[in-house]
Amino acid sequence: MELGFLIGSVVKIGAILAYLYGLLWVLGHKKLWVKIVGVVAAFAIVQLAFTITIGDSTILNEFDSGLVFQAASMTMIALGLNLIYGFNGQFSLGQWGFYGIGAYTAADITFRWINGDSRGLLVVGIGSILGAVMILGIQKWLSRLRGVPVLSAFTFYLFGSVLVGAVAVVIGNALNPAISPLLGSAYEPGPLSQGIWLQIVYFLAIIFAGVFAGEVSFLFGLPVLSLGSDYFGIATLGFTIIVNTLMLNSDTILPFPEMKGGRGMIGIPKLTTWFWAFFFMLMVIIIMRNVIHSSTGRTILAVREDETAAKAMGIDLASTKLLTFVIGSFFAGIGGGVYAHYIGFLSPGTFDFLAGFNPLIIVVFGGLGSMTGTIAASFGWIFFLEGLLRVLLGQMGPDAPTWRFVLYPIVLLLLMLIRPQGLLGTVEWGFLKAPFVRPRENQHTASDVVEG
Amino acid sequence: MRAFKVFGLLMVVVMVLSACAPAAAPAAGGAAAGGEIKIAILAPLSGPVPTFGLSTKEGATLAVKEWNDKGGVLGKKIVAIVEDSQCTPDPAVNAANKVINQDKVKYIVGEVCSKASIPVSEIANEKKVVQISGTSTNPSVVRDAAGKVKPFTFVACFNDDTQGKVIAKFAKENIKAKTAFIMLDQANDYVKGLAEYFEKYFTADGGTIVGKETYTSKDTDFSTVLAKIAEAKPDVVVLPDYYNIVNLVTKQAKEKGITAPFIGGDGWDSPDLDPKAADGGFFTNHYSPTEDREKVKTFVKNYGEAYKNDKGEPKTPDALAALAYDATNILIEAISKAGEDDATKVADTIAKGKFEAVSGSITFDEFHTPIKPVTVIAVKDGKVTFNSQVMP
Amino acid sequence: MQNTLVEQNSPPVDLKPRMSLAWVGKAFLIALSLLIVYLLGTNLAKNPSLFANIILSGLQMGFVYAMIALGYTMVYGIVKLINFAHGDVFMVGAFVSYYLVYRFNFQNWPALFFPDMPPMVVVVIGTISVIIIAMIVCVLLATTIERVAYKPLRNAPRIAALITAIGVSFFLEFFGALNFVFSPRFIPYTRPFEVVAWYIDGSGIHSIVAGTQPPANAITFSNIFLIIMIVSILVQIFLQFLVKQTKMGIAMRAVSYDKPTARLMGINVDQVISFTFAIGAAFAGLGGVLYAIAYSSINTQMGILPGLKAFVAAVLGGIGSIPGAFVGALIMGQAEALTMGFISTPMRDAVAFAILIIVLLVRPTGIFGEPENEKA
Repeated sequence: MELGFLIGSVVKIGAILAYLYGLLWVLGHKKLWVKIVGVVAAFAIVQLAFTITIGDSTILNEFDSGLVFQAASMTMIALGLNLIYGFNGQFSLGQWGFYGIGAYTAADITFRWINGDSRGLLVVGIGSILGAVMILGIQKWLSRLRGVPVLSAFTFYLFGSVLVGAVAVVIGNALNPAISPLLGSAYEPGPLSQGIWLQIVYFLAIIFAGVFAGEVSFLFGLPVLSLGSDYFGIATLGFTIIVNTLMLNSDTILPFPEMKGGRGMIGIPKLTTWFWAFFFMLMVIIIMRNVIHSSTGRTILAVREDETAAKAMGIDLASTKLLTFVIGSFFAGIGGGVYAHYIGFLSPGTFDFLAGFNPLIIVVFGGLGSMTGTIAASFGWIFFLEGLLRVLLGQMGPDAPTWRFVLYPIVLLLLMLIRPQGLLGTVEWGFLKAPFVRPRENQHTASDVVEG
Repeated sequence: MRAFKVFGLLMVVVMVLSACAPAAAPAAGGAAAGGEIKIAILAPLSGPVPTFGLSTKEGATLAVKEWNDKGGVLGKKIVAIVEDSQCTPDPAVNAANKVINQDKVKYIVGEVCSKASIPVSEIANEKKVVQISGTSTNPSVVRDAAGKVKPFTFVACFNDDTQGKVIAKFAKENIKAKTAFIMLDQANDYVKGLAEYFEKYFTADGGTIVGKETYTSKDTDFSTVLAKIAEAKPDVVVLPDYYNIVNLVTKQAKEKGITAPFIGGDGWDSPDLDPKAADGGFFTNHYSPTEDREKVKTFVKNYGEAYKNDKGEPKTPDALAALAYDATNILIEAISKAGEDDATKVADTIAKGKFEAVSGSITFDEFHTPIKPVTVIAVKDGKVTFNSQVMP
Repeated sequence: MQNTLVEQNSPPVDLKPRMSLAWVGKAFLIALSLLIVYLLGTNLAKNPSLFANIILSGLQMGFVYAMIALGYTMVYGIVKLINFAHGDVFMVGAFVSYYLVYRFNFQNWPALFFPDMPPMVVVVIGTISVIIIAMIVCVLLATTIERVAYKPLRNAPRIAALITAIGVSFFLEFFGALNFVFSPRFIPYTRPFEVVAWYIDGSGIHSIVAGTQPPANAITFSNIFLIIMIVSILVQIFLQFLVKQTKMGIAMRAVSYDKPTARLMGINVDQVISFTFAIGAAFAGLGGVLYAIAYSSINTQMGILPGLKAFVAAVLGGIGSIPGAFVGALIMGQAEALTMGFISTPMRDAVAFAILIIVLLVRPTGIFGEPENEKA
């Protein structure tokens, strides 16, 4: 029986990799209808495995489905980081902070919504739309003036966002009484807080959470991206720490009593289903793939390969880096939203900066600059660490679980020593392969390698 | 294609690892399947507070071992499944999902930390699995977002309200304090809760709070806060945090020449509390190992026989071990009283029953939280001794 | 999206007359600094002795950070690697000294051989030998780590070495937390000597007698504070001498400047790198022992935050620069203490990182950093 579980968890890792390969292969198929049928089939396979019962449990029980949801949100976060670091060469440790921002924002929107308060959705929604308008407007205005220092530009954006925030709060408060009666309360859900409407709110909450995370990353990235690579890394680490501090004090420093600071936010509706997790994951994969293989994507790659040469070609370094950073953080925000509605409980402990190394490890594990590698590594990592190692060590007596985090760094070390470019290097599967242009053989340039 | 070779290699490694399992499996299982009742112990064996996990694991497995030595429960052998839940929501959820879905466990002891117990309690109630946590003091563990009690979740410790009240009462009556200074970690709900309730009851009784300073759990240098305490000269300093912070603060306070006694809660309780530094302090606790009760004496003796510290001496159980031991005992006793291996009936038995435990005689209130006396312990002359028992 | 963001070096293409908006940013910074000066000033006026006590506690933190920051800055200066395991080497140093003092009572060894030695001298010699053993263990550990985990990756992408550094750091923490190694407990540290504290008030310096409270506006300090300060300054002077005056120092600077050329000049680059790791680890071990004596509580995760802050301090001061690490560490210590004292404890890290970002914006290579040279 126990051995069965063990073999089961090994087989699961293999099956998941095969599944991902199949999914990417079918997405890369030329005919549109094959793609659609393939995606629907890919969705259905897992959905069925969650529901069909064999013996006394489903094929994939809730332990597995939990891991699948965690892996799906990890995929989105890690893909965002791979875009920032793997494809654009900006060493960021801030991804975990944006993940946290997305999780808390999305959770707050739906939490307030089911408790008869529409201000969460209204304020964040209006705020992120106005914020985008404000950013584009100021950008347009500043682009007509040359030679504006970063700090001055930052000051304008900062005051702009404060203004936008205030406007959003005012409008939100004004509109709230009109919508609230339709929401009912937690005990008697009104017409708008159940069924299809709740699903729409969930969708909006996650999108707005992503946009909000993206806008925060814009404000933060603007001054910080002009620092050098490792300096940027340490500044973004600081960002993660600051976000964590704010979460811990969300009820004292920030005005959100429902987040309960260090006690953790309870009562978030568990709305993430396989449909939504699959949908958002696919959305992130498709957006990212299309960005990478567009002309913007080639600009992004050019900046990584050689900044001086890229600049000579007329590429605006600062805005390319910023754009990448914003898209990457948007993905992290979406991943956070999906995660929050899967687990139903948010605690600042989850967003500790030490855990923030996980996406980085996954990206490097899978191979920098390989989307396939990141996706496979996200699933493999969760199923290895939380799935296989947990089951394996659980068999070995009561002292063994302590060893889980001793084995993990050893595996990490061995892999890095044997294969420093990551598991998959720059290999891409099916859909993610470059459509026309063949990638360069050697991805690591002089600036990326320590000469010895 | 080299990528696939490495993949293959990794798979082989994994296979070899899994091949080791059959050798290990009998050691964990033992009794024949069917004749056993499985109990999962979720403890933070790694993560931020591994010591709590260790105490919890030791206390809980000791209880299981004692029951098994007596012949198990309902004629079946009890099997303990220990899982590492890291005091963090994600691993705790995974651990709970694993034991419920994979191992088909119906009873869970743990987690230690509230932030991990809360998501576990949600899963446990969804799946109708009895969960009893030794030490999670956050009210959200036993109450849902709407404030209703979760039918399958219990805690074996008193909550922050009770403890804060006793600390305030003790400061007022025994230390004769009129002014108090509160030190708290905003981010720690346990500390924050105790500090809030202390303030409430202390001021209601006519005391004054002369200062309130925050720090963070990762601090090691408290001289800024202590400088402020030295200025304020309170009668008593309230520090309701864990022993590691208490060691740091009291030691530095002695070096700054602060003479006001420190007073705290059950977090102080640990063999690693530095009694020289904390000299003159008091703390409330669930039980005292030096207490003169039969239950306590046997527990301390058995625990010392089973576990040794790094010098080879018998270990003194701390409150976490005692509460984990109590929680496990309450659970198994309830299974035996219910007479059936059925989670709903067991939950019912716990809610209605009265249990003789190491931490006193326990009955549960409507929020599945025990009603029991609070022990006050004094730190004096390098020793930690029983002072008095206060009924809230 | 063109030209929106600043390219300070971009050639002026005169489509329109340039309008300088630099004053906006400057005004923002000046307003921010005025606010800070106001905050500190009012607090100084309100309670000068409290202010002085807080400054002193900031200094103590700063001197400890300085000792760790040196290792970061030297390693980074030479191999461009953020050595995350450095903080854990610091932890190992503290644990080694703990076992020497607690288990073997090692600080009393001179008394065993020379029974007539005055106790003061015994303690001094004993403590120094404890520190030296801790430093040696740290050096051995760090060179092993370097040999096993970093050296094979010298020609791999830089990130691979960074990930192994994280891996080594996790390994040391979690392996150390196993019960038969260091155990995961918060262990009260047994000091090799007693800490004596003094206070200064209007009438001079007095020692604090246990059980009595010093008068209201006294400034307190302890012998461990003086020791940390003196040792930290000595280490600083020693390293300055090592790097500027000795042959090894010249080799180190050469390797940090240009590795291939240094190799052509007959410098054994691998040896220099190992030596750098060793020196950094030695001072991390020293820092670990002093930290443990000062705060007298150790556990396996104690190195993470001081390590991180020391690294930030090194970046702040200009990474690669030894006086920079020292100054950066002192600034970090003050920023933390003053924020805790007068603004809000939870925002401490936020303030520290904000200072870092602002300093880097004004001086992109840190306070003492040399401008990037134009090599590829």
